[in-house]
Amino acid sequence: MKWDEFFVTGEPMIYGAMASIVLASLAIVVGLTYFKKWGYLWREWLTTVDHKKIGIMYIIAALLMLFRGGMDGLLMRAQLAIPENGLLDAQHYNEIFTTHGLIMILFMAMPFVIGLMNVVIPLQIGARDVAFPRLNAVSFWLFFAGAMLLNISFVIGGSPDAGWTAYFPLASIELSPTVGNNYYSIALQIAGIGTLLTSVNFLVTILKMRAPGMKLMRMPMFTWSVLITNVIILFAFPVLTVSLALMMFDRMFGAQFFTMANGGMDMLWANLFWVWGHPEVYIVILPAFGIYSEIISTFSRKNLYGYKSMVYSMVIISLLSFLVWAHHFYTMGHGVTVNGFFSISTMAIAVPTGVKIFNWLFTLRKGKIEFTTPMLYSLAFIPIFTIGGVTGVMLAMASADYQYHNTMFLVAHFHYVLIPGTVFAVLAGFYYWFPKLFGFRLNDKQGKRAFWLIAVSFNVTFLPLFFLGLKGMTRRTFTYSAETGFGPLNMLASIGAVGLALGFVYLVYNIYWSFRYAPRDTTGDPWDARTLEWSTPSPVPEYNFALIPKVDGLDPFWNSKKTGQPLTEGEYEEIHMPNNSGQPFILGMIFMAFGFCMVFSWWVPSIVFGIGIVIMLAVRSFERDHGRHISVKEIKETEQRLRGEQS
Amino acid sequence: MKKLFPIQHVMGYLFSLILSVVALSVILWDMSVALGLTILLICAAVQMSVQLFMFMHIGENKSKTALYTNLGYALLVGLITIFGTLFTMIWGYQIK
Repeated sequence: MKWDEFFVTGEPMIYGAMASIVLASLAIVVGLTYFKKWGYLWREWLTTVDHKKIGIMYIIAALLMLFRGGMDGLLMRAQLAIPENGLLDAQHYNEIFTTHGLIMILFMAMPFVIGLMNVVIPLQIGARDVAFPRLNAVSFWLFFAGAMLLNISFVIGGSPDAGWTAYFPLASIELSPTVGNNYYSIALQIAGIGTLLTSVNFLVTILKMRAPGMKLMRMPMFTWSVLITNVIILFAFPVLTVSLALMMFDRMFGAQFFTMANGGMDMLWANLFWVWGHPEVYIVILPAFGIYSEIISTFSRKNLYGYKSMVYSMVIISLLSFLVWAHHFYTMGHGVTVNGFFSISTMAIAVPTGVKIFNWLFTLRKGKIEFTTPMLYSLAFIPIFTIGGVTGVMLAMASADYQYHNTMFLVAHFHYVLIPGTVFAVLAGFYYWFPKLFGFRLNDKQGKRAFWLIAVSFNVTFLPLFFLGLKGMTRRTFTYSAETGFGPLNMLASIGAVGLALGFVYLVYNIYWSFRYAPRDTTGDPWDARTLEWSTPSPVPEYNFALIPKVDGLDPFWNSKKTGQPLTEGEYEEIHMPNNSGQPFILGMIFMAFGFCMVFSWWVPSIVFGIGIVIMLAVRSFERDHGRHISVKEIKETEQRLRGEQS
Repeated sequence: MKKLFPIQHVMGYLFSLILSVVALSVILWDMSVALGLTILLICAAVQMSVQLFMFMHIGENKSKTALYTNLGYALLVGLITIFGTLFTMIWGYQIK
């Protein structure tokens, strides 16, 4: 392989990206050395097994990926702003929309959700950590390895360019001969292992580690949504694992699973991809529903309306989510029976979702509503998501879908569900739980300004796409002629995209400003909230709860505040905590090196790193690590310091 | 010492290797599609039980309801995937 094939060449924008990557890496190295932070970074972050720190790392990674994916989005909008624009060529545009989709779904939405899950779940169920803290760190570093692998693809070797769905035969080695789609199969595979491990970890945590008295039907709604999400992950992700493995065999080892000849079946990829892909949609939306339930209940000062129907509707959604996948390719040529079946099952999902929407509305009814930033996101979600939902039912009608299939109408639809659904939810959750992690709230006034900028610009960006789609503009085209008349609406959408970008920049400024100037919260319960995570001081001590709370109903902390009955009783005892370990980080780095060599089919180094992975697993198997104990004296000191009491 | 040696795992590993070789034989020797598929299906079933019993120790589970719920759900999703794929890609396909 020649050097000019290894690095992507000939694009000024990509040279700029290369330069900025080198400069940023240099700045980080120099900064860490200058401020003598290497030891701190290693001890406190890279080797940590604390669920809160792992959660923070997930969220930081997700925010970075939001900006990476956002840049892709902006570039696409810039290209489409005027007819016959020459900013990007077709190949570059293909790579950009592919990575935009992959990054936003798998490396932004997923880690943001998993990050919040990490931070909140053990606190909400009254546990001291997740069931397998070391495994949790492994999950994070595998996700990180996968994400980095996909991110370097655009300067080294070329990005995947066959869409985030990577349909065959386009993604096959004959039609996509660059290494781009090798990155796709390997990076997603590595990150996917991490996600599967997370799901096992959180299933065990939620099922086995709840505080005494917290029965399943007394769990907070966010915990319920995460439990169901993890069930879906556990059963849906293996399909992706297998499909990606088959793809890898096809592309690297000459197998014929998805070829057009020799008994292969190209559209089988599309089928398998969506068998995983549709449940994936619910994996990112159900936790969002959980977050909204918590926030709407807290800021209406009411308990959640229809708790049981909320739980059952999520269970039904989780089952139905496995029965609708073919609605992503109605136009592939199925008979009436297939399309009819999947039309009906898709529309059926609207019913439990509608139940949830009404439950939120009834929770608001006669509530004492407080308009904080997280509440604004939650309230905006309801009408905007409903537009997304209704257009979803339009798309679900198979015969009508022949009109909208692969048009901008579809693009508008899924942005209308994913942005108010997932993005607004994770932002709301971020504002809501931020004081728990850092001990102060993000400035509310700035937060609201950012919210309005984001919410209004979102609609300016994506509403025109519905009309463009109905007029016949297809998705994934890199240019169009002036005669089509698509120009003005596209320009409007692009202006909206700039507004969105400004909104997110303002959000970052909000975080920065609040870190420096926001008043510190000493109560641990700045929102006057309802669930257990608010009963412990903020920032949360590493052991979470000095005494494990006892639960005897829904919203235990709220009841304890109202009745004056304490949540905990008894004396402090020594707390058993897991030790930090560098192994998960090292394992992740070896996986990244292994993946990189696999992408370029460098077999000898691949085998070497593969053996490295096996050695790391063996080391862990034979290691004896019984953790450590925090003494009663230390607990007393920490509690007094955090609760601001005089000793 | 006898208790410490993970005999089940080692046996399970050996079985998996043997099963893989048997599965490979299907393409190495010329045989009818029906015979080949029969061998593969039997291998798959045995492989599944090896995983469940020798690696995952499902016999040791105390709570039978949790066990059956799990297996039931897994089976359901598996069958939906397989038969759903056959339904969409072959039985219900219009264009031949």
